[in-house]
Order: sequence, then structure tokens, then C-alpha cells
Amino acid sequence: MIVDRLNGWARKLPVWCVYTVYLLPMPYFFYLGLTGGLGAEPIKALEHEYGEIALQLVIIGLAITPLRRFTGINLIKFRRAIGLVTFAYVLAHLLVWLVLDVQILSQIWADILKRTYITVGMAAFVLMLPLALTSNNWAVRRMGANWRTLHKLTYGAAILGGAHFIWLVKGIQIEPLAYMAVILLLLGLRLIPKRQNRKSVAA
Amino acid sequence: GVAGSIAGSAFAAQDALVPNSFEDITSYNNFYEFGTGKGDPAANAGSLTTDPWEITVDGLVDNPGTYSVAELLDGLDIEERIYRFRCVEAWAMVVPWNGVELRDILQKAGVQSDAKYVAFETLYRPEEMPGQRLPSIPWPYVEGLRLDEAMHPLTLMATGIYGKPMPNQNGAPIRLVVPWKYGFKSIKSIVKITLTDREPPTSWNTINAREYGFYSNVNPDVDHPRWSQASHRVIGGGLFQKREPTLMFNGYEEEVASLYAGMDLRKDF
Repeated sequence: MIVDRLNGWARKLPVWCVYTVYLLPMPYFFYLGLTGGLGAEPIKALEHEYGEIALQLVIIGLAITPLRRFTGINLIKFRRAIGLVTFAYVLAHLLVWLVLDVQILSQIWADILKRTYITVGMAAFVLMLPLALTSNNWAVRRMGANWRTLHKLTYGAAILGGAHFIWLVKGIQIEPLAYMAVILLLLGLRLIPKRQNRKSVAA
Repeated sequence: GVAGSIAGSAFAAQDALVPNSFEDITSYNNFYEFGTGKGDPAANAGSLTTDPWEITVDGLVDNPGTYSVAELLDGLDIEERIYRFRCVEAWAMVVPWNGVELRDILQKAGVQSDAKYVAFETLYRPEEMPGQRLPSIPWPYVEGLRLDEAMHPLTLMATGIYGKPMPNQNGAPIRLVVPWKYGFKSIKSIVKITLTDREPPTSWNTINAREYGFYSNVNPDVDHPRWSQASHRVIGGGLFQKREPTLMFNGYEEEVASLYAGMDLRKDF
């Protein structure tokens, strides 16, 4: 009943709502940074805001498949939008780091090579590039079965993103560990064998 | 303390430093006892009881005992010191501290001849320090200096900022300030000072010795594994604030370099 009603609403809700709701905070936080709303160190604050929203979107994106499988709630039509918006936040996070935070080209390169959490973060970004580039109907048609295989890179990018956050903080902090735990849980749910598959193998 | 005793440039140069605003200094803090976010100390430190406050002075001293802040400061002049403050996370600020030289306090305590180090301890009071209810780092926070570092005229026991009593989030009622070392050496809300003949454990070094050495002198040539120390950004300059090159010993090289003559600062970082 509830599932049917939710699915009914999801069918009616246009995908552009996802883009609107999620892309608005990006300029808003930038505006806050410009006008003193992000505190005494707005560069780091903006970097963290974008990074954290990206991680939340990673979790939302990873939740869509298990949500359909275990509850029947179908949000698959929003998945591409969630993925692309995630990429937009990762890109914004990276640009704040490059342009506003580190600023110095030689230091940027040294940081990518020398600092594990930055290496890991850059690796996550690189994994996301082909995902973003192939998130369109043309690529889905062209690539056929390969598209699904390629998009399993999402799992790697999600784990690297979570590790990036854990590595970056000092001491033991709950927040990055909680993000990683949820990411691993959502990936772990995918390992549970599907019953009907087993039946069909047996038959 | 005698202001004229500070050799050379540090004291003259402090007029050239532009202090951060009181708002900046009191809203952007690392004080994990109140949470790991930069805004957590300002949000959570209000309930800390700082009066009465007792400090135990023990170890290799002639006058061990437990003293109030007033007793510790009795007879000493509070002076203003405008120092650069450089965090190991590669941000910095300029703070107009009020305080006394640590050496004046230590001399009152009567340092014995076999003392070589000074160990410090922060208050442990989880009912007023919510961060201490989490295992983010081992509690209580501890720090230490070599005796000659502790006796250096730049080393301050600060009791205020901008002429106001030390705000709780900045380490009320009394904290250490060692301007040529990374900020975490400048331990806050001190309840214990121990003179000892061996190098005391220090919190961040205990947590991760590869990243945080005992000395932790500001050094642009020795990188922290997670942050380049070659440059930093002074906070409070907005979204387009530029980085600045970090100076050896945070700009206090002339005053303190001699303390480390003959030492390999890459090894003893």
C-alpha cells in the first residue's frame, strides 16, 4: 500500500526536481562564503560542505537499488540525476581545493602524489569521470552490456570517497566512520544472493 | 617579565603584525575537549567552570603544591604579546595575548638542578567537556617542553586575549603559548605542571609519532604527512585569501634557533 503510493508519487515527480533541489545549495554555500556566513575560514568550510554533500549523494545513489529490491520502492528513474549531481559536487569540491585552497600548482601536484588522502580522493574523481561521461542515453545504447560493467566503478569510487574522509581527519572521529559504515552496508546488501536466481539455477 | 629581555626582532616586529579580530580568534578553534569541529569549542565551552581553578605544580621543584591562578600569578606583571599562531593544519592567525612568561612562574616554583623537561596537563572533566565523552584522542591532553624552551622569554602562560579574560574556547583560565611551535603544543586549560628529568609523553606524538614529533617546531622544510608545511593561510581573509610562505620557527628564528643548534631538525621534528 505505502510502497504503491510512494511509487505513484515517484512516477509523477519530474527528474528535473532532483537537479533543482540539489544544485541550488552549491551557489548558496558559495554566496555564504563570500558574505561571511561560513565563519572565519570560508575556504575550508566551502570545501567541506561540497565534499560532505557529495558523500551524502553517493549514499543516496547507492541506496536506490537495494531500496527497490528489499522494499519495492522504485526510484531508479532518479539515479542518473543523483549520479550527475554527485559528480558536480565532487568537481566543485575539487575546484575549491585547487583554485581557492592550495592555489600553488607545484604544491597541488606534490599533494596528489605525497598525501594518501588526496591520492585516494583524486582516484575517486578519476573513477567518476567515465561514469559522468557515459550518463546519457546515447552511451547506454552504444555500450550495451558494457555500460553496466563500467558503472560498477561507482562502488570503487564510493569506497575511495569514504576512505578520503576518514584519512583526512585527526584522531578518531565518528562522522567519517559513519559515512563509511553506511557505504559498506549498502554495498554489502548487494552481495546477498537473490532467491529467484537460485531457484532458476536449481530448475 | 622584563620586556627588554626579548632579544632582537620578535618584540619590535610584533608592532608590524596585524592581529585577527576577537571574533575570528574566538570562533575558529581546535579544542577537542569540546568537539572536533572548528566551531564546537565556541558552541560548547560556555559551561566550563574556570573559577575556582587549581593548578598542581609538582616533580623536581622546591615548592610543590596546588595553587590558584591568582597565587601563581601573584607579583607578576601581565603583559601583552602579539604573536603569530601557526596550526599544524596549515592555517594561522595573529593573536594579541595577555600573560606572563612561563619562566617567571617556574622560578617561583623553584626548578631543581636535575629538571630537564616540563610536562603539562589539561583539565579532565567530561561532565563539562562533552568532547571528552568520545574517544577522539586519549584524555587528558598532555604536552611538554624541554626546560630551555620553557624558560625562553617568548614562552608565555596566557590568561587573556585583547585585554579580556581568556575565553573558555581558547583555553581558560590559563594556557601555554609557544609561538615558534605548531599550535597543538600550546596546551589549554592547564591543571598540572610537572618538572621532570625525562622527556614527557605528549598527546599527538602518542597518537601518531610519524606525524607529530615531540618538538613540533614550525618548519617549512619538514612536511607533515598530510599537510605541506611550506605555506599557510591566515584565517579571516575571506574566500579569496592567498597563502603565505611559512617562516622557519614561525618567524622567531632569530630568537630560538640557538636552542636547537647541532640538532637534526628532520629527525627531531
